Amino acid sequence: MIDWPILSTVTFLPTVGALLLLAIRGDDEIARRNIYHVALWTTSVTFILSLFIWANFDNNEAGFQLVEEAGWLGDRINYKMGVDGISMLFVILTTFLMPLCIIASKLTIKTSLREYMIAFLILETLMVGVFCALDLVLFYVFFEGGLIPMFLIIGIWGGGRRVYASFKFFLYTLLGSVLMLLAIMAMFWNAGTTDIPTLMNHNFPAGMQTWLWLAFFASFAVKMPMWPVHTWLPDAHVEAPTAGSVVLAAVLLKMGGYGFLRFSLPMFPLASDAFAPLVFALSVIAIVYTSIVALMQEDVKKLIAYSSVAHMGFVTMGIFVANPQGIQGGIFQMLSHGIISGALFLCVGVIYDRFHTRQIAAFGGLVHRMPIYAFLFLIFTLANTGLPGTSGFVGEFLTLIGAFRVNTWVAFLATSGVILSAGYALWLYRRVIFGELEKENLKSVLDVSRREVLILAPLALLTILFGVYPAPIMDVTAASTDLLISNYEAALAAAGQLAAASP
Amino acid sequence: MYQIIVFLPLLGAIIAGAISVFSARAAHASGEPGVEAPVRDDDEAEAGHDHHDAPTTGPAEIITSGFLVVTAVLSWIAFATVGLGEAPDLRIQVLNWFASGTLSVDWALRIDTLTVVMLVVVTTVSALVHVYSIGYMAHDPHRPRFFAYLSLFTFAMLMLVTSDNLVQLFFGWEGVGLASYLLIGFWYKRPSANAAAIKAFVVNRVGDFGFALGIFAVFVLFQSVDYQTIFANAHDVEGATLAFLSWEVDALTLACILLFMGAMGKSAQFLLHTWLPDAMEGPTPVSALIHAATMVTAGVFMVARLWPLFELSTTALTVVTFFGATTAFFAATVGLVQNDIKRVVAYSTCSQLGYMFVALGVGVWQIAIFHLFTHAFFKALLFLGSGSVIHAVADEQDMRKMGGLRTHIPLTYAMMVIGTLALTGFPLTAGFFSKDAIIEYAFLGDGPLAGYAFVLTVVAAMMTAFYSWRLIFMTFHGRVRAPAEVMKHIHESPQVMMVPLYVLAAGSLFAGLLFAGPFIKDGKEAFWASPTEIHASATAGEDAHATPADAHGTDDGHGTEDAHSADDGHHGEAHPPQWVVWTPTAMMAIGTLIAIWFYLLSPQVPQRLARRHDWLHAFLLNKWYFDELYDVLFVRSIKWLGRFLWKKGDGWLIDGFGPDGVSARVLDATARVVKLQSGYLYHYAFAMLIGVAALVTWLMFAG
Repeated sequence: MIDWPILSTVTFLPTVGALLLLAIRGDDEIARRNIYHVALWTTSVTFILSLFIWANFDNNEAGFQLVEEAGWLGDRINYKMGVDGISMLFVILTTFLMPLCIIASKLTIKTSLREYMIAFLILETLMVGVFCALDLVLFYVFFEGGLIPMFLIIGIWGGGRRVYASFKFFLYTLLGSVLMLLAIMAMFWNAGTTDIPTLMNHNFPAGMQTWLWLAFFASFAVKMPMWPVHTWLPDAHVEAPTAGSVVLAAVLLKMGGYGFLRFSLPMFPLASDAFAPLVFALSVIAIVYTSIVALMQEDVKKLIAYSSVAHMGFVTMGIFVANPQGIQGGIFQMLSHGIISGALFLCVGVIYDRFHTRQIAAFGGLVHRMPIYAFLFLIFTLANTGLPGTSGFVGEFLTLIGAFRVNTWVAFLATSGVILSAGYALWLYRRVIFGELEKENLKSVLDVSRREVLILAPLALLTILFGVYPAPIMDVTAASTDLLISNYEAALAAAGQLAAASP
Repeated sequence: MYQIIVFLPLLGAIIAGAISVFSARAAHASGEPGVEAPVRDDDEAEAGHDHHDAPTTGPAEIITSGFLVVTAVLSWIAFATVGLGEAPDLRIQVLNWFASGTLSVDWALRIDTLTVVMLVVVTTVSALVHVYSIGYMAHDPHRPRFFAYLSLFTFAMLMLVTSDNLVQLFFGWEGVGLASYLLIGFWYKRPSANAAAIKAFVVNRVGDFGFALGIFAVFVLFQSVDYQTIFANAHDVEGATLAFLSWEVDALTLACILLFMGAMGKSAQFLLHTWLPDAMEGPTPVSALIHAATMVTAGVFMVARLWPLFELSTTALTVVTFFGATTAFFAATVGLVQNDIKRVVAYSTCSQLGYMFVALGVGVWQIAIFHLFTHAFFKALLFLGSGSVIHAVADEQDMRKMGGLRTHIPLTYAMMVIGTLALTGFPLTAGFFSKDAIIEYAFLGDGPLAGYAFVLTVVAAMMTAFYSWRLIFMTFHGRVRAPAEVMKHIHESPQVMMVPLYVLAAGSLFAGLLFAGPFIKDGKEAFWASPTEIHASATAGEDAHATPADAHGTDDGHGTEDAHSADDGHHGEAHPPQWVVWTPTAMMAIGTLIAIWFYLLSPQVPQRLARRHDWLHAFLLNKWYFDELYDVLFVRSIKWLGRFLWKKGDGWLIDGFGPDGVSARVLDATARVVKLQSGYLYHYAFAMLIGVAALVTWLMFAG
């Protein structure tokens, strides 16, 4: 064990970096380089430190680990941090992607680089905080706080319709968070604490669970995003700068799934069980509906955004089937999607930087000039279709097998997503990469630079590594998943006995 | 040794892939706009496949081909020790793949007779195709990429046949699908090649959709996906039911039919066959390796591998019989009228795969595997021979533009004739032993559709002879129809291409004679001992349940009379009557004679016939209009639906009543508020006063 508060260090180190950035003045070349280096070093050190979390993590321990606690607001709301098998890897995912985002932004952000980097570093603090927070109020602060930097990143450094997109993003998420805040207050009045581990063992009355579940659901479903509250995502992605899209797809979307696992399932088991059919229905619609919509997209980013919604459908489905395959598959799918979708958006960024368009029709035949790009893009495209041997397969397979045990209709319809995903992904690849190189402006394009390879290669390696050998991830998540399920089933069984005894 | 067999091709693929990537890196400028590296406009490195630069054999070809030859030699050693020898079955654990709850999936190799037979087929054909491709692809600047794909395919196929559980089988299954996608689309400049590649992948995914559901069903039934566990417990779940969708169905039947759906996709069976003819867009060696000898037979392998499950479900076997027989017949009819030399062979492949499924359906999986084994030789020979023809006539594939080539390329002609003899089942060639045996067992079979299968396979046998000889006559006999320019350059292929043909020709001639004994006759019991053992453990306690196609009888020289089925004792020692034994050969003779009459003696007959039955001709030429039907049913309708859901569902409904609607209402409200702003201070003061009054009133009464 280590004796210093590692979670807080990892969480707040980026903020320290942001403060350092404030000290840098000017907008000339030297200042830009300093800004870039401060941001890069901060995020890199944060990532290395976060690996100590993994190193000190005990896979056999199901409960929270590395817990830190300090007084905060009054005597009942504390500053409390900790991780378990469900949250720990999301922290690593976040810290891992951040340096890549910084590198990817170096040349693409022309204006206000300092403010941009500050926004990113603050965002990192808030994202890591979400996954570490063990107090409901603390969680809420991180969870909602993350909206602000993201809102600014889209609104300031975004594309043509950035204002529309950022307001749509804000409007949707605001609706959810207001309801969640009300629910948090109600929980506080009922249980007398905002301590998450305590709340997980607190039995809320069945009727109250329904309302609390719905309020949390409103917030998480928007974040996820689930059908039909998904329409902010394509717009947000299209307008966001590349690194913004990466963070949005890779980390921010995962907060919804994480929320379901941290709150909905353990705290409101009765309501989760009752509402599971609703979640299944929405998940299946998301998978089939958005896959079909993705097929017809004309903008590369929009297509990938829609495919993200479909992939998140597998996650929500897996979480609410509430068996080991479903939940571990859901977690795995989130982590894997974080890597794959992040990489796909970086791939789009590569060609956007060269041509300043994302229209699929504007490309074609890129393989002739960019063979290495074509190769890397192929790996991520195939991973996106869930090809066995890539990390995309394991999550999809596990969630589907979990779903089949519970409801064959759900599994049947969701499995049809594998056909559609092959369709849209390969069709996109063909239109962008293959064919004759006919368009004049494409003929002198350069292949990926060393810097771009440096960003994409680690993601490609991880995609294949976790496809062939996912054990490191599965081992971390197993114990906590089992505990979650046994508590969940115990709660349902107790309620069942109560219901059987009462009439 | 088995690890070497499986992973050496992967190593070859990685090396060739690295060579491909690094040469691309060297040839192409890289960098970002306005940052690094000057713009290089040279297109010299951009030569297409039609570009003829000096053919040199590079390291990628040598390494991958060398590795494959080593692999093939090792596979034959394995075949000798495990198949023909006494070596026991093996299970080699490589790595744990993933585990969750009760589900645990390993990377492991399972070695038994069925596996080593497939190892021999896959590595031998693959090694020959690698060598052949050195010559065939000599002018292509993307050779390293090509050989990387070929070796990658071989690796995936080897993972498939050595799989120890269903998920690993699925890995190999999708892996070969990926390699197939990459190789069909190898010439990525051609839109048709790209379209065919996507079609192959997506149609296969339709099959894999069923396959995946089948795996889920098996897991729910057995709590495991390991073959060993499944087979050992298969009898316990016989008769169990499973709620699937809204029905309560027989669990094993359901699992088998779902799994078979995967086999239908991969083996291009009726309804999911449309991708295979289009797959001929790939380079010809690819067609020989993937779309004739190995990958498309994966479906047959799957059913044979899972035989302990399939044999327990009569319904599933009936389904298999139906699709096999229908495909054998359907593909043969289409093959009758095609003009593209490769497509004829492709439909022939489709049809022969149908035969294999008939064999499985009537319960003689050993014969299905034997046909798979012999078919690999002569079909690869026919494809590579076609490649040699295409090579000779400057990449022309239309047989109407060939003719009279036999004097120009006599060796290729001889090889093609050998392949055709074997395919049509000429006595003592490879196909004679395996194909005729299938037809006889279809006659003997007692499934509800055995009669259907017998009639269709017999008719298909005649058509097979017809279209095969039609191909030979149109290509090699008659008047020369190729342009003079082409004929001037016509040449026999180099030795590096011809030697693989000789090897395959030898296999086509003698594989039946040599191996019929161990595969389906006397030696059968000992040869298949290992899988039988495992199956026996599945059927333990049921003495009547003898292994299908039990050993019996002696070789009477003709070799098929002793074929019989002891399937479940209904017709224990039944022999097919003599007329059944001779039927396939007679059909072959009739088909051959018609072909001679049509294409050698009176070449005007086919045209006249086509004119008289023009709708039938068009129906066959257009492949029963499946492509058109699917285009309307699936492609167009899904595209329309996608656009509709996007514009109307997301755009009009959700956004219209969601955020856009809300913000529009907010704007309306603010516009109205703006109207109230008259600019006079006393208006505001008055409004404020009213507000304060209202607030005070409310506080007083509410409090």
